[in-house]
Amino acid sequence: MILVPIGDFPAELLEELSRRTRIPVGPARIDPQAAWHPCRRQYDSTRLLAELKAHYEGTVVAATACDLFIPVLTFVFGEAEMPGRVAIFSVHRLREEFYGLPPNPEVLLGRALRELWHELGHLFGLAHCRDAACVMSSSHSVEQVDVKDECFCGACYARVSAHPDLRAAACRQAAGR
Amino acid sequence: MSEEKLSILIVDDEQVVRDSLVHWFTEEGYEVEAAETAPEALARLAGRDTDLVIADIRMPGMDGMELLDKIKAEQLDSGVIMMTGYASVDTAVRALKHGAFDYITKPFDPDDLSVVVRNALEQQKLRRENRMLRQQLSETYALTELIGQSEAMRKVREQIETVAGVDSTVLIEGESGTGKELVARAVHRLSPRRYNPMVVVHCGALTETLIESELFGHEKGAFTGAQYRKKGKFEAAMGGTVFLDEIADISLKTQTDLLRVLQEREIVRVGGTQSIHVDFRSIAATNRNLTEMVREGRFRSDLFYRLNVFTIHLPPLRDRHGDVPLLATYFLDKYSKQMNRKFTGFDRAALDLLISHQWPGNVRELENIVERAVVVGREPLVRVHDLAVSHPHESADDWSLDSLERKHIVRVLEDFGWNQTQAAKALGIDRVTLYHKIRRYGLKPPERAKATRA
Repeated sequence: MILVPIGDFPAELLEELSRRTRIPVGPARIDPQAAWHPCRRQYDSTRLLAELKAHYEGTVVAATACDLFIPVLTFVFGEAEMPGRVAIFSVHRLREEFYGLPPNPEVLLGRALRELWHELGHLFGLAHCRDAACVMSSSHSVEQVDVKDECFCGACYARVSAHPDLRAAACRQAAGR
Repeated sequence: MSEEKLSILIVDDEQVVRDSLVHWFTEEGYEVEAAETAPEALARLAGRDTDLVIADIRMPGMDGMELLDKIKAEQLDSGVIMMTGYASVDTAVRALKHGAFDYITKPFDPDDLSVVVRNALEQQKLRRENRMLRQQLSETYALTELIGQSEAMRKVREQIETVAGVDSTVLIEGESGTGKELVARAVHRLSPRRYNPMVVVHCGALTETLIESELFGHEKGAFTGAQYRKKGKFEAAMGGTVFLDEIADISLKTQTDLLRVLQEREIVRVGGTQSIHVDFRSIAATNRNLTEMVREGRFRSDLFYRLNVFTIHLPPLRDRHGDVPLLATYFLDKYSKQMNRKFTGFDRAALDLLISHQWPGNVRELENIVERAVVVGREPLVRVHDLAVSHPHESADDWSLDSLERKHIVRVLEDFGWNQTQAAKALGIDRVTLYHKIRRYGLKPPERAKATRA
C-alpha cells in the first residue's frame, strides 16, 4: 500500500501523513487535468479513481489539494472503492483558508489524517459508522470532520485490524484512544 | 447497535448519477439498488419492500412524476424523494402535492442530501411502526372480544379467521344479542380492508325512503329536504366493509336495488343519473330464518344466495352455558374498571344463578345484568341479589306484587347497609312505613340472620 500525491500537494503534509500512518509515499503519476470539469471548476473524483487504477498496481491512496466532486454532489472530501484498492481524499475544503480563516497547519493535519483513515476504512469494506466519535462516521462538512476522533471505534477497529496492510498503523491509532 | 439496513432505490436514466448515488449511499450504510427506468423501478418495488425511492423527475418514457403517482396509487410502502437538475418552484410544489416526501436539486450538497434522506427514512420508520402496532392491536383486539371456550365459539373464531382474508360476502346468523356486530367487526379487522372504514347500516331502523338514501346517497333536491348532496354508505365505505344489520327487514324493492349493487359494484344516488363505482366488502346479519323467508316469498332468493356465500352461525348463550362464567367475569372486569369499583368476582350462588338462567337476551342481557350489578353491588363479590335476573326455581307465586316489593326492599336495604332512614328515602316512603314493611315481610339484616342461625 502506498500514499501518492495528485497535483500540487504540500510535501511536508504528505511526509507527516506518511509518518503517522506508516504508509510509504509512492511516485506521482497522475495529471489532475484529466478530471477537470470546466463548468463546475472542480475535479471529477470518480475519474481520478479510474486514473489511479490505470496507473498503479496494488493498493494506493491519493492525496490531493484539488476540489473534488461527483456528479450528483456539490463536492466530496474523498472517495474510495468499497472494498477495493484505490482511494482519494482532498485537503481543499479542509483548509481553514477555504472558510476565510488564517491557515492552521495543525488543524489541517488532524483533518487530513481523519479523512485518510476514513477512506482507508472504506477501502477495506467499512461503511459509515453510527458512532459519531469513530473516524468512520459520515462527515459532510468540515465541522463534522472536526468532531470525530482520529481513530476507529472498537467494532470498526476489529474489522480493519484484521487486514495485514492496516494492522500496524490502525493498532497504534486504537491504542492512542 | 445492530439494526436492519434501510433500503433505497435510485431511479435515474443517467448511469453516472445512479453509480455515484449507489456508491455514496452504500458508504452511508444503506442497502442500495438502482433502476434505469420507471417501469424497471416499479418491477423492483413489486418484488421487495423498499424504504425510500429517490427518483429523477425527467426521464424518457414514464417520467418521475408518473412513477410517483403509480407508487401512491398502488399504495406501495415506500417514501419518495424527487430529484431534478432543473430547479423550479412549480415542479417542487407539484412533486410535494403528489405525495413526495421532499424535492432536491442536482448537484446536492452532501449535508443536505444526508439530512433529507435521514428525515424521510425516519418518517418512514414511524409510519411502519405505527402500521405494525395498529395491525397487532387490531388482530389482538379482533378476537378477544369474542369470548368463549365452548366448541361453538371456537368454531366461530376459526370461521372468522378463515373468511377474513378472502373478500367474499359473509352472512352472520344469530339471535338478538349474540354478538353479530362483534363478529362483523372482527372479520373487518382481520381483513386486508382493515385500514378502510367499516360502515354499519341498521336496516331495521330505517323506513324504505330513508334506507335508499342511506345506502346509495342522494343528489341535492332529490326529495323535499334534500338540501345538499349526500354520499351513501356504499360510497362512504371507500374500500372498506359495509355491514348490513337486520338484513331481513328490508323491503322487496330495496332488496332488488341491493342485489344490483352487490352484482354490479355500482350505485346511482337517489335523484341522480350517473353510475358511481363502489369498492366494498359486504357482511350481512340477521336474527330471522332467511331460508324460510325465501320459501314464503318475503326475501329474494337471488339476493339470499348472493349474501349466503359464507355463513357464520352464532349460538345462543343458552346453548353454551359453560361460557357464562368467562363472559360474566370479562364484563365484571370491564365495568369495574370503567366505574372504578373493586369487584373480584361472583359468589357461588350468584354464579350458579347466572349459569342456570336461560338468557333470552343472550350476551347483551348478561352484559347489562353484570353492568347493573357493578353499579348496585357491594364489593368485593357480586351476590345473587345484585343480579336482576329471575331465579329459575321461583314458583309463579313469587311473581306477585308482594313478592316483588319484598325483594326490592331487601335489595335497597342491602345497598344502604340496612340504614333504614336512607333506604326509606331511596324508596320514596317514610321510615315508619318501611319499618312496618320490614316487620310484615320478616326481613332481617344478614348479620342478625347469621347470629340467629348460630
